[in-house]
Amino acid sequence: MRLEPVNNPSWVRMLGLPAVAILSTIIAASLLAMIAGANPFSVLGLIIKGAFGSKFATLETLNRATPLIFTGLAVAVAFKAKLWNIGAEAQLYVGAVVTVVLGTGALAWPSAVLLPTMAVATMLAGAVVLLVPTFLKTRFGVDEVVTTLLLNFVVLLWVSMLLEGALKDPMGLGWPKSARLIAEARLPRMVDGLRLHWGFGLALISAVVVWLIQRRTTLGYEMRAVGLNAGAARFAGIPVNAVLIKTALLSGGLAALAGFSEVAGLKGSLTLDISPGFGYTGIIVAMLALLNPLGVVVAALFVAGIFVGADSMSRAAGVPTYLADIMLALALLMMVLAIMLTRFKVRWR
Amino acid sequence: MDILDILISASFWTAAIRIASPLIFAALGELICERAGVLNLGIEGIMVVGAFAGWLTVYLGGGLWFGVAVAMLSGMAFGLLHGLLTVPFGLSQHVVGLGITLLATSLTYYSYRLALPEVTSPPKIEAFQPFEIPVLSDIPLLGPALFSQTPLTYLAFVLVLVVSIVLYRTPVGLAVRAAGENPAAVEAQGLSVTAIRMGAVMVGSGLMAVGGAFLTMSAFNSFFFEMINGRGWICIALVVFGSWKPGKTLLGAVLFAAFDALQIRVQQTPLGADIPYQIFLMAPYILSILALVVMSRRAQVPAALMVPFNKGER
Repeated sequence: MRLEPVNNPSWVRMLGLPAVAILSTIIAASLLAMIAGANPFSVLGLIIKGAFGSKFATLETLNRATPLIFTGLAVAVAFKAKLWNIGAEAQLYVGAVVTVVLGTGALAWPSAVLLPTMAVATMLAGAVVLLVPTFLKTRFGVDEVVTTLLLNFVVLLWVSMLLEGALKDPMGLGWPKSARLIAEARLPRMVDGLRLHWGFGLALISAVVVWLIQRRTTLGYEMRAVGLNAGAARFAGIPVNAVLIKTALLSGGLAALAGFSEVAGLKGSLTLDISPGFGYTGIIVAMLALLNPLGVVVAALFVAGIFVGADSMSRAAGVPTYLADIMLALALLMMVLAIMLTRFKVRWR
Repeated sequence: MDILDILISASFWTAAIRIASPLIFAALGELICERAGVLNLGIEGIMVVGAFAGWLTVYLGGGLWFGVAVAMLSGMAFGLLHGLLTVPFGLSQHVVGLGITLLATSLTYYSYRLALPEVTSPPKIEAFQPFEIPVLSDIPLLGPALFSQTPLTYLAFVLVLVVSIVLYRTPVGLAVRAAGENPAAVEAQGLSVTAIRMGAVMVGSGLMAVGGAFLTMSAFNSFFFEMINGRGWICIALVVFGSWKPGKTLLGAVLFAAFDALQIRVQQTPLGADIPYQIFLMAPYILSILALVVMSRRAQVPAALMVPFNKGER
C-alpha cells in the first residue's frame, strides 16, 4: 500500500473520519463493558450522565479538566516545536512543591500579592526542570524523550522524600502529607457556592495567551518553523537552540501551573497522589487537540468527561475503572490515524 | 558490611544477573525495532502485558514454557498494532508508542480485575526454578552468578548471541539494519521496507513481553500493578548506552543491574541507614540519564530511526 496526499480534503472527510474514530472508540468500550457483564447499550449514556448529568458532575468534570488544560498546553507548546516533553508529570509535582513551600506561611502576604508570586515562582521552577533535558539535548544531543521520562521517576521519589522529611506535616500522624496552605494562599472560587476554583479561569486565560504567542509573536513563528524543519529553520537564521530553550521554559512553566492549581485551588495540601498521571494524559489532550491551544480546552473537557463519566459508569455498571484509560488510549490512536487519513489517501497496489 | 565485601560476594552477582535478565530481553527487543528504524515506546506497556499473560497462563494451569509463548504472542499482537500504525501509516512513533503503552497497561489491569475480582493479595504461581549447570556452577563467584540461574536467564544470554549473529552475519540481519539506515536502498534491492520493519517490530515486541514475563515467572512469582515501574524506559536508555549493539547493550544491562543490586545492599548497611531510601531508588534513573549523556556523543544512531518510509516518495 501507498499513501497519496489529498490536496483539498472535503468537509465530509475532515469531519467524518474523526467522527468514525470517536464512534469506534465508543463501540470498543461498550464491547469491553459487555465482557465485564454490563449492558453495552447503557455504557455511553451512563458516561455522559456521569460527566455532565448534574451540576455536581459538571463541576467535577471542570475541576478535573483544569490540570489537564495546563499539562495539555505544556505538551502542545513543546510538541509544536518537536521538543518531546514527556515530563509534564515531573514539572507538575515540582510546581506543587513550590506552591507548598511558599504557601504554608513562609510568606505572610495578602492574597493579591501572594498568589501571583506563587504562580510565577511555580512556573520558574517547572521551567528549570524541563531546562535540564533540553540543555542535554541541545548541548550533547541526548534524546529528551528518555530523559524527561526518567526524570518523572526521580522527581516523584524526591517529592516522596520531602513529604517524609522537610515538608512533612507535623500534625500529619505519620501520613506522608504536607501542611495545609494558609487561607491567603488558596485560590478563591470563581462563583460563590460553586465548587470551582480560579485555577480553571487561569487555565482558560493561559490557553488564550499561548494561542496569542503562537499566532501573533515572532517566538510563535520561530517555534513552528523549528518544529516543521529544524534544518531549514537554522538555514533561515533562526537560532534553533535558543528557540528550543524558550519553548522549554514556556512548556515547563505551564505544566508546573497544573501543580499550583491543584494544590492552591483544589486540595490545599500536597500528597504523593495529587496527580493520577495528569502529565501523561496531557499528551493525549494535546494530540486530540491537534496541538492547538484553544483545542486543548475542548480536548481537556472531553478527556476529563471520560474520566469522571467512566468512573461513575463503572460504579453503576460494575465494570473496572480502567475502562476510562482504555477509552483514552483507543481515542488517541484512532484519532491520530483518522487525522492522517484526512490528508492522505490509501492506495492499494 | 563493607561495599567491597558486597562486591566479592557470590549472592550479589547472582542477584545482579537475575535483575539484568528481564532488561536483556526487553532491551534486545527495543534494539531490533530501532535497528529497523522504529522507536518503540510501547515497550513499557508491552512488558506489562507479557508479565500478566505469562503469569495468567501458568495460574490457569498452563505449563511454564507455554506461558512464555503466550506472553510472547501477546507482545507480538501489540507489536503488530504498533507496526501497522507507524510503518505503513507512518504515524508519529512517539505518540503511537505512548498510546500503545497506555492501551496495553490499561487493558492488562482491566483484564486482571475481570479475571480476579475478589483477590486482595495477588496469588503466587509455581515459577521457574534455578537450574545448576553441572561442573560450571562450582566455579567460585562466577559459578553461582552465571550457572545457577533459572532457564529464562540462560535464554536471555543465548539470545544476545543469536541476535548478534542474525544481525551481523545473515541476509535477514543485513536487511533489518539497512531498513534502519537506508530504506530506499532496501527497496531498490527489491525488498519491502514495510515487511522488514513490521517483522522487526513484532519480533522485538515479543521479546519485550518475555522480559516482562520474566518478572512474574522467574523473579516475583506473582503479578501486581506498577511492577514494571519504568524498566521499559530504562531499556530504551540501555540501547542508546549500548550504541545499538547487542553485546554492549548486554554489558550495559549487567552494569545497571549490578548497580541496582548494590544499592539494595548498601541500604542495609549502617552507612545506608542514614540516607533516605528514596535516594537509593532514584539512583538507577539518574545513572541512566548520566550514561546517556556520556555515551550519546559516540553513539551510532540508525540514520533512518523515526523516519517513516513512504514508497515512491522522494
